[in-house]
Amino acid sequence: MSKTRITKETGAIRIFDAEAMRRALRRIAHEIIERNRDLAALILAGIPARGVELARRIAADIEAIEKVGVATGVIDVSMHRDDVGTRTGLPVVRASQLPLPLEQRTVVIVDDVLFTGRTCRAAMDALSSFGRPACIQFAALIDRGHRELPIRPDFVGKNLPTARAERVRVRLENIDDEPDGVWLLKPNE
Amino acid sequence: MSSQPQRWTRKDLLGLRELSAEEINFVLETADAFKQVGTREVKKVPALQGKTLINLFVEPSTRTRTSFELAAKRLSADIVNISASASSLTKGETLKDTARVLEANHADIIVLRHSSAGAPQFLASRVGASVINAGDGAHEHPTQGLLDLYTIREKRGAIADLHVAIIGDILFSRVARSNIFALLKMGARVTLVGPSTLVPREFEQLGVKVSHKLEEVLPTADVVNLLRIQHERQRKEYFPGLGEYIRFFGLTKERAKLLKPDCLIMHPGPINRGVEIDSELADGAQSVILDQVTNGLAVRMAVLYLCGGIATS
Repeated sequence: MSKTRITKETGAIRIFDAEAMRRALRRIAHEIIERNRDLAALILAGIPARGVELARRIAADIEAIEKVGVATGVIDVSMHRDDVGTRTGLPVVRASQLPLPLEQRTVVIVDDVLFTGRTCRAAMDALSSFGRPACIQFAALIDRGHRELPIRPDFVGKNLPTARAERVRVRLENIDDEPDGVWLLKPNE
Repeated sequence: MSSQPQRWTRKDLLGLRELSAEEINFVLETADAFKQVGTREVKKVPALQGKTLINLFVEPSTRTRTSFELAAKRLSADIVNISASASSLTKGETLKDTARVLEANHADIIVLRHSSAGAPQFLASRVGASVINAGDGAHEHPTQGLLDLYTIREKRGAIADLHVAIIGDILFSRVARSNIFALLKMGARVTLVGPSTLVPREFEQLGVKVSHKLEEVLPTADVVNLLRIQHERQRKEYFPGLGEYIRFFGLTKERAKLLKPDCLIMHPGPINRGVEIDSELADGAQSVILDQVTNGLAVRMAVLYLCGGIATS
């Protein structure tokens, strides 16, 4: 694990650089393999946008380790959120893409940051509208605490204690056109 | 994705004239996601759970009303239909008072079909609820325009640089106006075709071409959109007679031979078989008329989700 480093310009604390993120994802891949004997039944379903990229990377790691392909998918939670009518602007909704049927499969929901747990709940509801997976698990790159629902991740890249007003900033090269990294931002920065 | 606006911020959809190309794209992309809901095991999502939608149809309509109703149900909204004949509007209540009564009943979304152009604008400026224009007079029918664009984009991959011919009763058509505004914004070329009484030259000011000779337009068209001859709005001075209309502007099997093989044939419905279009062509391989119906549901789900899903207070 690289040392955390405070950049003078922004006051942001770096949690992961590219190398640390790579190792964390690799470890999650190992843990998923250990927990799931039947990799053919596995689906790694990312929540857009960064969860989709993380699911792809974990799947690539599993393939590199075990030499077997792993199915991936996209699970958009927009239609299943519980804050309808409270936001002043809506992001575009993406179509979910899942290998069907889900019956007899194990779906690992993948997201970048686990916070209140509401997104995870919405993802579980969305999955249910496609079918009834044998099992649902949850992987998050960062668990920052402050859960508002009885939800616990199965696989975590890093447990990061935060204050509620702080923000966690995740950047992925293929999505953000910036080097991989995770930062903790103090309020109003 | 680069030209996409990050967020949708409108509570009302009154017309396509005021939307940007980015906003139109935003709705079309959102509709992609909602079209997929129809293929799920559970064809219903909780996106508008707890919201109340009122279909206020002061002018009769079956297909648009049904499409909105189905869209609202797939989004888990509660829905009430009010038609002109059954409402207090026939008892002399003004539109404004009707709207206030609906609001007092905690309506969150009002879908309005009205014979007067501008009625949705009037309503939207006076109520807090979201107002969706489901057709106002000869002004606009934005969800029909969006579903036409969605269908073109789905079948042809893109809209820019396509040549779209809109044929028939343009003068009285809100479908034509919504299509013209949106198609031009998306970079298509548009030619309006029909008798000079129904397609006056003044339309050229919008940036479209006007033609009174169907045979000259058909060979270069990528899409032909045939509008219904609106018997209920016609007066004798505009319209010589059905026989003469078919002779000059009906899409007959003979004329269809002039079309490019991949030209799409569209019609907003209901079809007058044998008038605007030959019956066999309406059911033929180039026809996407039923795709328009299916896509209408997805587009209306997207519009209700976007306008009804944002904070209104």
